[in-house]
Amino acid sequence: MAPKQRTARVSRNPELIRGIGKYSRSAMYHKRGLWAIKAKHGGAFPRHDPVAKPAAPVEKPPKFYPADDVKKPLRNKHRPKPTKLRASITPGTVLILLAGRFKGKRVVFLKQLPSGLLLVTGPFKINGVPLRRVNQAYVIGTSTKVDISSVNVDKFDDKYFSKESQKKTK
Amino acid sequence: MPFKRFVEIGRVALINYGPEYGRIVVIVDVIDQTRALVDAPDMERSPINFKRLSLTDIKIDIKRVPKKKDLIKAMEAADVKNKWEKSSWGRKLIVKKRRAALNDFDRFKIMLAKIKRAGVVRQELAKLRKTAA
Repeated sequence: MAPKQRTARVSRNPELIRGIGKYSRSAMYHKRGLWAIKAKHGGAFPRHDPVAKPAAPVEKPPKFYPADDVKKPLRNKHRPKPTKLRASITPGTVLILLAGRFKGKRVVFLKQLPSGLLLVTGPFKINGVPLRRVNQAYVIGTSTKVDISSVNVDKFDDKYFSKESQKKTK
Repeated sequence: MPFKRFVEIGRVALINYGPEYGRIVVIVDVIDQTRALVDAPDMERSPINFKRLSLTDIKIDIKRVPKKKDLIKAMEAADVKNKWEKSSWGRKLIVKKRRAALNDFDRFKIMLAKIKRAGVVRQELAKLRKTAA
């Protein structure tokens, strides 16, 4: 059975100022209809006996207690995000490369990879810059944009650019 | 040797210094030895030092300190805007402004156009050399 769709619980007591509601305790008691629930169940509010919890497994006392209390480091739940892309760089923007083998070349930006690097291409036929990863810091974004909506770049990600592991079978 | 462009009421001038740099204005009154009252259709009438003005050849027919409406009418009658934009000085300023506002892509297009033009010139020159030799 699908669970009932519950609308978000809204308070029936509008807030005049933080901490002060419009209606008094007795007015709210009446508004919430607690009197009707009580009447339905013969004068007393219905109670449910607590659900019997399964017996917790018996924990054996530890065999060894360390002599000194050692503090455990806090858990780091930090998950790095890809670098924030500059607003001037959108898919199809012409970029100017500032460093590396192809410095000074104007290239077309395709997409940002999960590592944060930019996937870029010459296109190769035009200026000899292949599909390449480039750091946002070494790039100038121009205002010229090319329409690449018909280009599918889904299959390219950081794994595509990893070095091939040499498996030599002798 | 004699002067041709005079400071007079109706002389069109170019502001060459200050916040209003590059604006075309008309001298509507002379305040004293150093300052004039200038006015243009899209600015408030204000005093300005003569040193900040460059006089042009254009002169319009107005009375001393005309009302804004009359100034605009006189400027339309004398066709100041078109005369300025067609004059060689005016054209040079327009080109300067356009060059300053170029895009990286625009500069690329200009480079290709220059190469093409130079190619055409070289071909013609080669033809002339052949007939002269």
